[in-house]
Amino acid sequence: MSATIETLEAMERPPVSMASRLQGELLEVSMGPQHPSTHGVFRMNVALEGEIVRKLKPVFGYLHRNHEKIGENTSYLGSMPYTDRLDYFCSMTNNWAYALSVEKLAGIEVPERAEYLRVILAELTRLQNHASLLGFLLSDMGAWGTPLMYAFREREKILDLFESLAGSRMMCDYMRFGGCRVDPSDEWLAQAKQIAERFPKFLDEFEDLILGNEIVIGRTQNVGKLSAELAVNAGITGPMLRACGVNYDIRKVDGYGFYPRFKFRIPLGEHGDTYDRLMMRALEMRESVQILKQAFAQVQPGPVMNPKAKIRAFRPPVGEAYGHIEAPKGELGFYLISDGSPNPYRYRVRPPSFINLTILEDMCLGHTVADVMVILGSVDIVMGEVDR
Amino acid sequence: MSQIDEQLRTELQRQGVWVTSMQDLYNWGRKNSIWPLQFGLACCAIEMIATAASRYDIARFGGEVFRPSPRQADLMIVAGTVTKKMAPQIVRLFNQMADPKYVIAMGACAISGGPFKQGYNVLKGIDRYIPVDVYIPGCPPRPEALLHAFMELQRKIDEQKLTGADKAEFLKPDQPSEFPVPRFGRHDLEPRANPNVFQPPVLER
Ligand code: SF4
Repeated sequence: MSATIETLEAMERPPVSMASRLQGELLEVSMGPQHPSTHGVFRMNVALEGEIVRKLKPVFGYLHRNHEKIGENTSYLGSMPYTDRLDYFCSMTNNWAYALSVEKLAGIEVPERAEYLRVILAELTRLQNHASLLGFLLSDMGAWGTPLMYAFREREKILDLFESLAGSRMMCDYMRFGGCRVDPSDEWLAQAKQIAERFPKFLDEFEDLILGNEIVIGRTQNVGKLSAELAVNAGITGPMLRACGVNYDIRKVDGYGFYPRFKFRIPLGEHGDTYDRLMMRALEMRESVQILKQAFAQVQPGPVMNPKAKIRAFRPPVGEAYGHIEAPKGELGFYLISDGSPNPYRYRVRPPSFINLTILEDMCLGHTVADVMVILGSVDIVMGEVDR
Repeated sequence: MSQIDEQLRTELQRQGVWVTSMQDLYNWGRKNSIWPLQFGLACCAIEMIATAASRYDIARFGGEVFRPSPRQADLMIVAGTVTKKMAPQIVRLFNQMADPKYVIAMGACAISGGPFKQGYNVLKGIDRYIPVDVYIPGCPPRPEALLHAFMELQRKIDEQKLTGADKAEFLKPDQPSEFPVPRFGRHDLEPRANPNVFQPPVLER
């Protein structure tokens, strides 16, 4: 192979530890892109001294699917199904963030019932995302199988709800600019309410089994510490930021949707270590259940779609808008520039997991290789969103 | 290979005697212990995990042993979008698997690029570089679809012959077990497809 600089192969090789390799001290290991616990096609180049990580360089791009470019070449609505495939655990929140940005851009109002439905679906998404994250994290720690089975059992129940509502288990494509696509029946709401009310049972069981477990505590406490200062400077959002004790939740700060109408608390961590991040998810699920209960009590019949919103030949006025929501993984934002044509002029996604991943090296330095997997698991990445 | 008379066999089975041929026994063992390679590419991989998890439980078909190492795997489930950066690694992983090996292309992306086909970085189907045994359409295919593909693969394994002129492909000495790994060229992967595996469909107008 010719050694021209332009070839991607050459660019791919990072000069992680060339100098130190010559001294014979560090061992360079490439973890991924096929690795059982890199959560998809993520690769890390790790320089090890014994078992201790001295350098770590993430390598992205194995799942770069040109999401933004495709978004600029399709109509506004045409991008909606693509947003499902960004963070494929949380298609509902992706839909919401995108719909919110376009609504901001075009100044579309959303009917009351649709706003409630969005909150309900987003919180259900948060439940299933956090539950599966805990399962994956524990299997990264070596509890292979069982916690993931418990988590997926709960996830399936929520996916059933999504399927009966939107027609697809994972890729819901449910929200539209100015509302939601279909109106759920009363039975659906009753069923969803039942599932939300029973969810704490699963949480009790899960916490009993796992969160007080000595091995879990030993593997996670004081591992992968992140200081609040670094987290804020690096733009970390979501449960990772709150685990460091920074009180920032867009549901409270921005008050989008109907979140100001609900009473809920924001759990905060103290140490910013992996255990806090794990706990943050467990506590957030409890708060989500509280939000869900209030939402089911408040939701009233009514239209789910703004009749003035145009579906066909939708052309927002010239301008730009940034809409962001608190997705389960952090701040998910869409930045759109419109030039008055049916396609966005610029379509940019602010993915939470990509930005949360940037401080991976800071968290991993000085820890063993086995801890790297646990720390990476606690960041909660989805490659579809990282590489887009 | 001498064939057993089906009637005689059922008769014997009724008497408590189980007669089989080497080929049947061998295929029966193989088809009920397919070990997939544990690796996911994108969204479809989550449905693959769901298939292995509690509700759908691929263990009922003997496929629950997901191996992280290609050396121990029989089946590669290409679950998700194959990008041009990832395609060489997939071919490399496939080359590292021991024969007999099988491939399931799961989802629209693995078959043809799917919704991301227009993307400059997306490979338009993994069958350009490695032979695929079962295709499952869907975006993502439901877990039931993956189970169906798994059963189709079991049927295929069951029908493979060990001897004779029409014996299974992997037993023929001239069949390649390794496939050339594509490399990055100036604009695209080179070669853009393996002509021994993939012939583009001829358009008739
Ligand atoms: S086929 Fe659909 S669900 Fe599967 S990887 Fe491609 S985009 Fe994702």
